[in-house]
Order: sequence, then C-alpha cells, then structure tokens
Amino acid sequence: MPGYTIEINGKRTTIEAAADMPLLWALRDKLGLTGTKFGCGIGQCGACTVHIDGAPVRSCLVPVSSVVGATVTTIEGLATDDRLHALQQVWIDQDVAQCGYCQAGQIMSAAALLKTRRNPTDADIDNAMSGNYCRCGTYIRIRKAIHTAAEFHNAATPQAESSGKENEKEEARA
Amino acid sequence: MNPTLTRRVFLKATSIAGGGFVLGLPLSGTAQEASLVGSAELNAYVQVRDDGKIIIYSGSPEMGQGIKTSLPMIVAEEMGADWDDVVVVQTPEVDTERYGGQWTGGSYTLYLNWNLMREMGATARDMFIAAAAIAMEVPKEELRAEDSRVVHARSGESRTFSELATLAAKQSIPDKESLVFKDRDDYRILGKSVSQVDSLEIVTGVGDFGIDTQVRDMLYGSYVKCPAVGGRIVRANVDAVKKLPGIVDAWIVKGNGNVRELMDGVGIVGTDTWSVFKARESLQIEWDESEASRDSWTAFSEFARKVGDTGEVKINHGDVDAQFNDADNRVVSGFYEFPYVTHMCLEPMNCTAHYRPGTRGAGDHLELWVPTQNGPRIQKMAKERYGLEKDRVTIHIKRMGGSFGRRTSSEYVIEAIELSRLSGKPVKLTWTREDNIRYDFLREGGFNRLRGAINPRGQVVAIEEHTVGPAPGGEASRFNGPNQGAFPFATMENVRGSLTNYRMDTPVGPWRAPYSNTHAFVSQGFIHELATEAGRDHVELLIEMMGEPRWLDEGNWRAMNTGRAIGVIRLAAEKGGWGKEMPEGRGLGVSFYFCHAAHVAEVADVSVEGNQVTLHKVTAAVDVGPIINRSGAISQVQGSIIDGFSAMAGQKITMEHGRVQQTNLDQYPVLRIGQAPEVDVHFIESDYDPTGLGEPALPPLAPAVANAIFAATGKRVRSMPLTDEGFSV
Repeated sequence: MPGYTIEINGKRTTIEAAADMPLLWALRDKLGLTGTKFGCGIGQCGACTVHIDGAPVRSCLVPVSSVVGATVTTIEGLATDDRLHALQQVWIDQDVAQCGYCQAGQIMSAAALLKTRRNPTDADIDNAMSGNYCRCGTYIRIRKAIHTAAEFHNAATPQAESSGKENEKEEARA
Repeated sequence: MNPTLTRRVFLKATSIAGGGFVLGLPLSGTAQEASLVGSAELNAYVQVRDDGKIIIYSGSPEMGQGIKTSLPMIVAEEMGADWDDVVVVQTPEVDTERYGGQWTGGSYTLYLNWNLMREMGATARDMFIAAAAIAMEVPKEELRAEDSRVVHARSGESRTFSELATLAAKQSIPDKESLVFKDRDDYRILGKSVSQVDSLEIVTGVGDFGIDTQVRDMLYGSYVKCPAVGGRIVRANVDAVKKLPGIVDAWIVKGNGNVRELMDGVGIVGTDTWSVFKARESLQIEWDESEASRDSWTAFSEFARKVGDTGEVKINHGDVDAQFNDADNRVVSGFYEFPYVTHMCLEPMNCTAHYRPGTRGAGDHLELWVPTQNGPRIQKMAKERYGLEKDRVTIHIKRMGGSFGRRTSSEYVIEAIELSRLSGKPVKLTWTREDNIRYDFLREGGFNRLRGAINPRGQVVAIEEHTVGPAPGGEASRFNGPNQGAFPFATMENVRGSLTNYRMDTPVGPWRAPYSNTHAFVSQGFIHELATEAGRDHVELLIEMMGEPRWLDEGNWRAMNTGRAIGVIRLAAEKGGWGKEMPEGRGLGVSFYFCHAAHVAEVADVSVEGNQVTLHKVTAAVDVGPIINRSGAISQVQGSIIDGFSAMAGQKITMEHGRVQQTNLDQYPVLRIGQAPEVDVHFIESDYDPTGLGEPALPPLAPAVANAIFAATGKRVRSMPLTDEGFSV
C-alpha cells in the first residue's frame, strides 16, 4: 500500500492507505485522530472540517493522495503551546455544545473565518458557517461565541483593523 | 409535589484505601417500581478524594440533553460542594445494582432522580458535618457545609471535605426521614449557569463518542440490508467482495425478520471504515422481496383523504354530535397532514462489539462500547438473544452524538455482535448516512381530520379529531393518536378522538416529543382556526378553554395543570408582544402545548415576502418548575425550537415500492445558521419538582409558526413541511 507524507498538526506523518481514501478516514482510522467526525460523507454536514494549508475543507471529500506535502490542521491541533484557541475557550465559557458531535467542525470553520475576518459580521458568519449543520440547534450560541472570540482574538493579537484589501488578499490565498 | 412511589434507600459508605469517602445509594425497589419508573434507582455515586476532588458518577446516558451535568449539580448543591471541585465521571459500565437505571428518555430523567440526588447530597453533607463536629469539638448544630468545607461560623474555623473524608466515612448514615433539604433561596449552584462537564473534551476533539471507540486488533464493519424493509437474501457475491483491498472477510447473514433485532444482510469487515464502505459498491445481492414492505406514501395519502369524520373511537366525552347538530352552532373543519421525518443524529448508528467465546469450560463473554439511551435494555437483549448472564456482559455506555429517541433500539448493536462472532475479532460497526435514513425508526407521518363547534357566544364547545395513522405490520403505531392527556382532549367537555389505521410497514419509533410533535401542529393550528372563525383573540380563547386553575388528573405528576398553562400563555403573550401592530406581511402566532410534564407557550414572529418565510424570533414561556442548570435549560429550549423549525420547514421522508426515497442530506434539508431565529426564553420557576426539557419546547413551535403565517398572509398552513405548501425558507 502506498505511503503519503503529510504535515498533520505540525508533525510530518506518513499514512499508508489506498490513494482514494478520504483524508477523514485516514485521520480517524489510520492515525486515531477521531476528533474529526464522520457525518454524511458527501460534504453536506461539515462535521469533518479540517484546515488544509489554512483553508477549511470537508475532509470526507479529499483523497489522502491529493494532500501530499500539504499542511493539515485538525481540531486536535488547533490549540497551540497548550493554550486553547480563543474559539475553544469561548465555546466552553458560553456552553455552546449540546451533544457536541458537530462542534469540532463548527470550530474549525469558525477558526478559518477569523483568519480572514477579524471582526466578522452576522452575514460573514452566515456565509462561513452555512456548511456546518448542528442537529441540536446550537446556532444562536455559535454565532455569539464567534463574535466574542473575535474580540478576544483581537485583544490578544493587537493589530490594526484589517482593511478590506487585506481580507481580499487572504481570501485569494485561501 | 413528590413522586407517588415510595422507595427504600440503602446507603453504603465506605472508607477507601488511602483514605477518602465513598457514598453509594444502591436502591432496592419492588418489581412494580422498576417497571414504572425505570430509573428510580441510583444514578450517581459520590467519592471525595484526598486531593479535594469530589467525584460524582453519572449513570444516565448523555446525548446532548445535559443530564450528565444537571444531576451531579443537584448532589453537589445539597452536599455543600464547590462546583469547581466536582469531577463528573460516566459510570464505567452497565451495572444497575450499583449505579441504578442507566437509561434516559421521555424527558423524565431529571424528575425521577431529583429526590434521589438530593438525598445523596444531603446524606453526604450530614456525614461530613458529623465528622467535623468530632474533629472540631463543637455541636453539629453550629456547623454548616459550603464550598466543599464544613464551617463553624462562631469561631470562623473550618475543615475541608478532603480533610474530613476518612472520618466522615465512619459516621453512621442518617435516616432518610431525618434529611433536611436546602431552601431554594440558599442555593449556590442550582439555578446558575454551568458549562456542561464535557465541554473541554468536546472542543479539543477528544470527546468520547461511541464512534470514536478504538480497541486493540479491532476490525471495521459494515452491514448491508435490503432497501425494502423485510427483504430476504437469496445470494450475494461475497467471494468477490472478500478479495477487495482492505477487506478481511464478508458473509451472508441470516436474520430473524425482526427489524429491532437482526434482518438478513451482508456483513463486511476490513482494515478501515473507508474500505468496507467502498466494498459495498461492488456488492451484488439478490433479494427476495415477497415479504418486504410495499409502502407507498402516495397511496397512504390518497387513502387518508377519503376517510370520514370519525374512525375507531378512542376518546369520547360529553356529546359531540349534539353540539355539531345544534343549528345555532357554527361548525369548522380542517384536514391536516404531517410527513415522516428521520432522526438524522449527526453521529451515525455505531457499536463496537467484542464477542469472546469461552475456552476451557468458561462461558462466552461479550464486551460492548455503545452509544445508547438504554444500557439495561441491551443487557436484557444479551441475555435473551445470546443467553449471556449479566456477569458475562460488559457494556460501556458512550456519549451519543445526538439521539432524539433514536438510540433506544438494539439492531445496530446486534449487527456489531454478529460481525464480531463471525470474525472472532472486536468489530466497530458504522452505518453510512444512507443507512441511517433508510433504516431509521421514523417519526411517523399521518393525517388528521378535525371538526370544531363554536356556539353563538364564540365559545368552542366541541372538538373532534380523527387521526389516520400508519400501522407497521398491521399493528397501530403506539404514537398514533388520540392521547387522552393532551390538550384539548384533557380540558374539553365535548370531545371525540378516533383513529383509522393504514398498513405501512416502514418502522416507526420515538422522535423528540413523540405524538406531541405532530399533534401540537394539528390541534393548536386548528384552535387558531376556531378562534379566527369565532372572531376571538387566540390568547383569550386559549385561556378561556383552560377554565379554572386545576390539576386535570390530581396526584399524577405527568398531568396538565390549567393554572400553569394559563401562566405560560400569559407570559409568552406579554414577552412576545402579542397584540401589537405588525407591518404588512408580518405576523405573530401563538400556541400552547403540554407534554412531558411541561407547560410551554410560544409566540412566533414571522414575515412572508412572496413565498419566502422568515422566522425572526420565537418567544418561549416555560414552566418546568425550578431550573437546575440555567445555561442547559435555555439551550434545550433554543435547540428544540430550531429543531422544530428545521423539521417544519422542509423535512419529509417518503417511501414508494417499500423503499425510503431520500438518501442523504442533499435530499433532506436541515436548518442552517442563517435561517435560525432569535429565541427569547422565559421560565416560570413554580414550586413543583423540576421536570426535564429535552423535548417539550419543540411541539408548540410548528403551530406558532403556522398561525403566524396566517396572521401575515391569510393563508392557512395545514400541512408540513412548508416547502410542500409552496413556501421557501
């Protein structure tokens, strides 16, 4: 079986798997990284969202062979230096989750959003999060948590309010 | 109000090795108690460790309803613990003698455990106070427990629970009758907002869902059944499938024809989930469908449209016909329709099973890791189906990625067990999303023909409901109406409820607020029709229909109380702006429903532009007694309302030729974040024992929205989903 070398959560990792195995199953079944969830298998629910080179991607639709050399971040790698990401902390503080199954995907989508929009509007949130389904209906808290996390995030990483231009640049990169 | 059942409580306190305090409440109950209340036994187990941590075990399965947080909060409150010291641990395995009824359902778990949790906490508190009285040489009466310590106010001295643990364990256990529970005014934990105990694990991706189970030497499994329920397998190309990459083995499996146990199918095991899912595409199976479902939603629907006003009469009070025949009365009629819907738990059905045949005379052993609402039921299945006594079965209840009534059956567990028996290895069976939709126990679809009579004074004097419901295998679904305890059956003087069954073999089962989730839409929409026809204000009419404040079934804690009903109706109307002037194309709708021992009223604020429906805001007024975890309670109401709207907006499962026609989320719309309304939640914290909130805020949503659409447009919505009525959401 071929081996594919990918940087996952900061670590170069070689996965032996069929070329067409989606990244989702490689993460879960081959690496034991079960934080990324299987929901629908057709990219409709967002439970399997990870970052590939910083952009949010539905890992159930991405063959493992297509991400060789890429940088993958999963929910397990979102916290840095034992510090929770602002979104994770706010998610706890505001008791966002109910069953919790979709929340890793929700947080990964929101984290990608905060990279391109330091102060997302409700419309930005609607756009960025519309691919993430929550069966328990925690949307109201998700929205509020993203707004709060954006404030925390900005306070922690002071920087001039990003201009539209910068946003465009980042989006183009994504 | 206290439960009508009496329970004898036997406590066990033990000093554990290295010090510490352990308190368990294994309960002994009569057979009658067990069958009536299931979880009347212990659901927790307290341990105070030397490091100051207070471990509270939680036995009730967690599916997002928050029970793993709320029950331990009650123990901690009575005990005088600091919530920050509490560590909640799911009971490690199913052991009802030790941990009590490890199941959850019906939104009753909180109510059924309320007194037990308080007894546990108060017992521990008394024992710590007794220990402190000895250690501090002061009278017990001068001591109180708070923030995980026992405090002597006069001297200002205190001892921590962990300092006292060993001594506390040696104290005699107080009589249940001597326990004094805290006043609500003194609560420091209950009624506050607490983040659920697994929040950290959830947001860091290490949450312990069933599907995340990993066991040494585990294989991954899939099980393929007939697309028409009940089909029998004739042959399949399993030899070809076995040769596919990543596949370890495959078998034809013969079932027993019971959809709640094992249906015929092909089992496949392999080295990973993807390989077994992919192998299914190469599978060729010949099915014998002679005994399989021939269900057709179209045929069901055509049949239902032809039925008359009355079917087989189940409820008959007063004289409905006299009111309908009275020439002075106006008679209004309506035909309502609601579809089948699927549970769509985001975590698919799954189970990890390890069946170890006994060697050298030892019996077989079964170990299961299973997301389930009902551990003891699976234990019972293992005994009945495999002849395994309790000591030969180890069941680990895993966190559920949603359930909503779905994970109450055993078929996905049995499929995993069969694959483990066949392969001789532990197997994690995972259903595809398509399996989850096709082989669900659906919320049943149905139809309802209604009549109502209005007298010259504008009062509703009679209501008749005729339900046309499915009968799988020819037997009426237990969720078909009519239900005597439901409003308006419970309050009306002249009321008739009847039923006509129609053979539909597609399995049905409980789906969040069973029966109520459709009956509320039907009955509360129709009451609005009556109010409109009578020229009455809807809120005023509802309050009139409640009559005098009273319990409708005195002594039954699950009965409706008209005073509580009036309370929530008035509060929702007030907070939701009922009666205010609305702009063109925008309207308010109200509804009330009682179920799961909860009284809930909701006001929906809806606008309709062209065919586009926007639900702006829902105001909910809820009386479930005192609130335990405020954050959790608000979250349940918000979620129920969003869930209710999601189902109402566009969800519909249909079947033709015995086959469910929808396969995945691309054919079954679910509400997305941008469509979610604002939800404003108000509680009436009446002085009754608290009841659960996992279900009862859902049913009033659909009729409130339907009534609001009428207010906005003059168009009556008698059918769900809205997309079938020409709306888009």
